[in-house]
Amino acid sequence: MGRYVVQRLGQMVPVVIGTTFLIYALVWALPGDPFAARCGDRPCPQNYVDRMTAEYNLDDPLPIAYLQYMGKLLTGDFGQTFSGASIAAELAQRYPITLQLTLLAILVEVVIGVAAGVLAGIRRGGFVDNLVLVSTLVVVSIPVFVLGLLAQVTFGVRLGWFPVTSDGSLYSLVLPAVVLGSLSLAFVARLVRANLVENLRTDYVRTAIAKGLPRQRVIGVHTLRNSLIPVVTFVGADFGGLLGGAVVVEGIFNIPGVGNMIFRGINAHEGATVTAAVTVLVLVFMIVNLLVDLLYAVLDPRIRHV
Amino acid sequence: MSRRRGGGHAAAVPRSLAGDAWRDLRRSPLFVGSAAIILVLVAMAAVPGLFTNADPRACDLAYSRQPPSGDAWFGYDLQGCDMYARTIYGARASILVGVLTTVVIAVVGSVVGMFAGYHGGRVDALLSRFTDMFFAVPMLLGAIIVLATFPSTIDTPSWQTIGKVVLALGVLGWTTVARLMRSTVIQVKQSDYVQAARGLGAGSRRVLLRHVLPNAVAPVVVYSTIILGVFVVLEATLSFLGIGLQAPVISWGIAISDARAYIRQSPHMLLFPGAFLSVTVLAFIMLGDAVRDAFDPRLR
Repeated sequence: MGRYVVQRLGQMVPVVIGTTFLIYALVWALPGDPFAARCGDRPCPQNYVDRMTAEYNLDDPLPIAYLQYMGKLLTGDFGQTFSGASIAAELAQRYPITLQLTLLAILVEVVIGVAAGVLAGIRRGGFVDNLVLVSTLVVVSIPVFVLGLLAQVTFGVRLGWFPVTSDGSLYSLVLPAVVLGSLSLAFVARLVRANLVENLRTDYVRTAIAKGLPRQRVIGVHTLRNSLIPVVTFVGADFGGLLGGAVVVEGIFNIPGVGNMIFRGINAHEGATVTAAVTVLVLVFMIVNLLVDLLYAVLDPRIRHV
Repeated sequence: MSRRRGGGHAAAVPRSLAGDAWRDLRRSPLFVGSAAIILVLVAMAAVPGLFTNADPRACDLAYSRQPPSGDAWFGYDLQGCDMYARTIYGARASILVGVLTTVVIAVVGSVVGMFAGYHGGRVDALLSRFTDMFFAVPMLLGAIIVLATFPSTIDTPSWQTIGKVVLALGVLGWTTVARLMRSTVIQVKQSDYVQAARGLGAGSRRVLLRHVLPNAVAPVVVYSTIILGVFVVLEATLSFLGIGLQAPVISWGIAISDARAYIRQSPHMLLFPGAFLSVTVLAFIMLGDAVRDAFDPRLR
């Protein structure tokens, strides 16, 4: 296990370096005036250009400028917004909220998704199975922002069950989390169903039934455990999509998280704020993926020894 | 569907994988249904005049946000433009971005994956790490970075605005195709007919294009059909965020974004473009499912 962790960490280093370089190059080094879009609807004031040139070392050759930028990222300095506030301080304040929202969304997608998948899988071709198949297809085809607006009007405004916008309480995050998690929920349900159907045909399940175990135990313990491994992988890989969706959902429900910062940054044409905040999200995504890989090795002993 | 019918007939006329898949596809109700919807959408994108006489850019503020009526089936938007005409004309941007992006990622990904898989060794290691770099950036977030750096304004020509969205999605979208292509090429290049072609003295170029590529292309075709719907969603999402397509271009995402402030009073502004968007995505998802079933019999 120890060797596997070290190996994975070693593989991750070049990818992190490459990816941050990619983002840095996309933002600052492509041909064209990097300040064309940084200051709202007017050209940038000269002192802002000077400040950003110094901050991002734009006068140095690309590799050197990138190394200095990496040094700053590693020490937690993510630059400043157009108005001069520290992006790191703002992120620190906003990040817990986005974390709450995404964790809640993952909870929703895993709990409901697994339940729906199991109910559909144990009676293949039955009413519940068809219901789950059709409803997941519908959910998958409605984009998150349309779903968010519909949910806001229906459950927030018309029915009044949930707050229309965030008031800081955990309860006000429930509806946004359901919207955010809905797409992945559909995939989780289908994944669990497919795996369950496949695993129910295996020899060890037949053995479990033959030795007289109750049906609940056969499905709940023996089969489900093996059917859940792909779900862990999916949730990890999907986390990046969830962070992207958080930009949309936090914008719609006015939740003061990192996504909202990006949403507002886009509307105010503050390129530097947007790119800095997105870079942080990408780094978080990479760390989460590493953690999922490690978790995967805990769940499936075969992987550790490869 | 699992067993091949009419084996004797098949022996007389040898069929290719594509021919086989096409035979299965024509019988699949999923394929026929989704293909019909897509044909209508493509017609809408190519000749919107077939579906409406109204000019989507002829707007009268006096009609602002009027609900659906006999004159305007879908009502009017904030600027008093006919929503039906704008919804029909909106298909063009979605289909264009979806198809162009898919072509870009299929070509770029296939070329990278083919080189990595065919040459192996150091070239493979280098290209694979290069692919990992792009793979690590979630597509929506990456596209936001690119488009925030190169925003379009109202003065940008339409083709440039659309091109930027295609490139922003394409820059990060090709990685899965490259990985798919690499793994299938590695499988295919060991097969006997490739060895035979090489033994007969065929050059790298001929072996790759005539023997390896046709036999390795199926997974890429399947993935491309599935991902097309995802690109349509991503384009609409970016446009909704205000960073994708911009005003002179007519797009469902922009229409939904405009509807945001008025959904309580004028839900029709959200419902019609939202429904068209969802049906488009649904059609491509179903098409993807059908194509996957036809090309990959193992998954049945």
